[in-house]
Amino acid sequence: MKVEIRLFATFREGRFKKEVWELPEGTKVIDVLNLLGIKPEEVAILLVNGMNAEPEYVLKDGDYISLFPPVGGG
Amino acid sequence: MRGGYCGKILRVNLTTGEIKKEELDLGIAKKFIGGRGLGSYILFKEIDPAVDPLSPENKIIFATGPLTGSSAPTSRYMVITKSPLTGAIACSNSGGFWGAELKFAGYDLIIVEGKAQNPSYIYIKDDTVEIKDAKACWGKLVSETTELLQNEVGDPKARVLTIGPAGEKLSPIAAIMNEKYRAAGRSGVGAVMGSKNLKAIVVRGSGKVKSADQEKTKKLLSNLIKKIKENGVTGQGLPKYGTAVLVNIINEHGIFPTNNFQKAYFPLADAISGETLAEKYLVKKDPCYHCPIACGRYCKVDDEEGGGPEYETVWAFGADCGVSDLSAIIKANNLCNEYGLDTISAGATIACAMELYEKGYIKKEELDGPELKFGSAEAIIEWTRKMGAGEGFGAKLALGSYRLAESYGVSELSMSVKKQELPAYDPRGVQGHGLQYATSNRGGCHVRGYLISPEVLGVPEKLDRFSLEGKAKWAKLFQDLTAVIDSLGLCLFTSFAFDLNDYCELYNCIVGETFTPEDMLIAGERIWNLERLFNLQAGISPEEDTLPKRLLEEPIPEGPSKGHVHRLKELLPEYYRVRGWDEKGIPTPEKLKALGL
Repeated sequence: MKVEIRLFATFREGRFKKEVWELPEGTKVIDVLNLLGIKPEEVAILLVNGMNAEPEYVLKDGDYISLFPPVGGG
Repeated sequence: MRGGYCGKILRVNLTTGEIKKEELDLGIAKKFIGGRGLGSYILFKEIDPAVDPLSPENKIIFATGPLTGSSAPTSRYMVITKSPLTGAIACSNSGGFWGAELKFAGYDLIIVEGKAQNPSYIYIKDDTVEIKDAKACWGKLVSETTELLQNEVGDPKARVLTIGPAGEKLSPIAAIMNEKYRAAGRSGVGAVMGSKNLKAIVVRGSGKVKSADQEKTKKLLSNLIKKIKENGVTGQGLPKYGTAVLVNIINEHGIFPTNNFQKAYFPLADAISGETLAEKYLVKKDPCYHCPIACGRYCKVDDEEGGGPEYETVWAFGADCGVSDLSAIIKANNLCNEYGLDTISAGATIACAMELYEKGYIKKEELDGPELKFGSAEAIIEWTRKMGAGEGFGAKLALGSYRLAESYGVSELSMSVKKQELPAYDPRGVQGHGLQYATSNRGGCHVRGYLISPEVLGVPEKLDRFSLEGKAKWAKLFQDLTAVIDSLGLCLFTSFAFDLNDYCELYNCIVGETFTPEDMLIAGERIWNLERLFNLQAGISPEEDTLPKRLLEEPIPEGPSKGHVHRLKELLPEYYRVRGWDEKGIPTPEKLKALGL
């Protein structure tokens, strides 16, 4: 299955902005975090398809993940 | 020993030329904390809320908080007056150095009354206060005025607060600028200065803001600075990317208003993000006085450089106008700074004009400039300039989106509350934040109760952004706490790292008080109710606690928040109850008594 990964702010450093990954069925968000070398506690906002999700979320074909470190403003 | 407050008020009557120094009533000051709270109390006491905002009978108050210019981190001042944009009480808030300098000169606040016969400015150097001729800088841009006045007083370190041509021409979306790039932007406070023929206030002070308990303050501060540095938002996100780091966050949630709130997702958002700004245009950080966060940006594009842009500005001229050219947004921001326009209202008014043009209300023949098409980088630059200069059709835009749309008989196309343009979050996907838009005492505004913090950023805890549960309580809590932070003279961004106890302790240490956190929060509630009372007497009906029809009736068409509208009708009665107001939204006599009002 194909899953799009979107990284923001400091998560982009040494990585990428946006990539589409081919992943085996049953892959969870936490598996993607491990592959990226990002610890779950470093993630302040975790979205799947624009909605809040948990690291245990099991991904589906066509999902997109957005990952943010602690950021804010106004 | 007491600290924080200077204990002195400066009163300048521009009609008579009289300058008075008055003792600050410390009891009243503490009851309303200072800044926004104290300024609102004085305004309410001294003017009839029904007064014409641009008449000499309106007053304009420049207020610092007890912690402005102190050893506490961050430092701000506020401008309190009756707004020509909303007709409600205005309190615009700005950082930079001007507020701290006013404290160094020995004043907690300045009350300006009347109207000068000729363009004037006020020069304050410690005890010396003069009303001086400003003919030489009338009509001049903000940066030129700043330099002219520093030269004239012979002090390159003098802090200059000034209006630009937009304020002189009484645009109800005119800002007041300080240190060239910092803005008390909202609610048209610049026009009130213009109506008084007051171009600028130049300040230089040699004093210091004392702490009642220096040892204790020092210890507390080292702990608080550590909190700021270790917090991800204030220690990393804001310093590295500035406020525009929000562009991608808000867009990924599908609440990034696009094309005048016709959509809530902007596919080209990354091109105008804080990340892109840092990569392509950022020259340096530009912090305010005594700020360990340093979110301020200083950018260069082509041969132009200057302060900003902030998140709200990037959104207003960017997604809201369908523009993805960040260099054009920076140029529009620079023009707002130079002409003294509020970037949110200016950008959002162009966005509204673009929809009016798209729908055929504004005709091509009316335009003495570029076509008002969504996505046009040329349009945002040239129309901002024309708005600032009050030139041709730009003069009509300079009235703000409500008056513009109303002139075509479609005021509902102005995305505003109480005639003030909404900022950069679509309330249909953040229900609590929408409630606070509707109930904000200064009209459409994000910094009267920033519920984006819990509903999107998860600070201090994560709330379901679509749920209504508990949102009325959260709105009240954030509104009251924000009134405290503003009134102290601190920056709202400290609240990402501090809690109520921290603010209370800081106040007690510096001022020499024994307030409890609850006392502080009640002071915040007192301020909120006072502002509400002012608005009711100014003729702002509770029926204006609402949102544009589009946001209540048209579901978001696409993106992660697709299908949602704002459910204000369900939230508002609960909010009035939580506030202790009657079902019509009027504070009850019991509530006012309990608050000592």
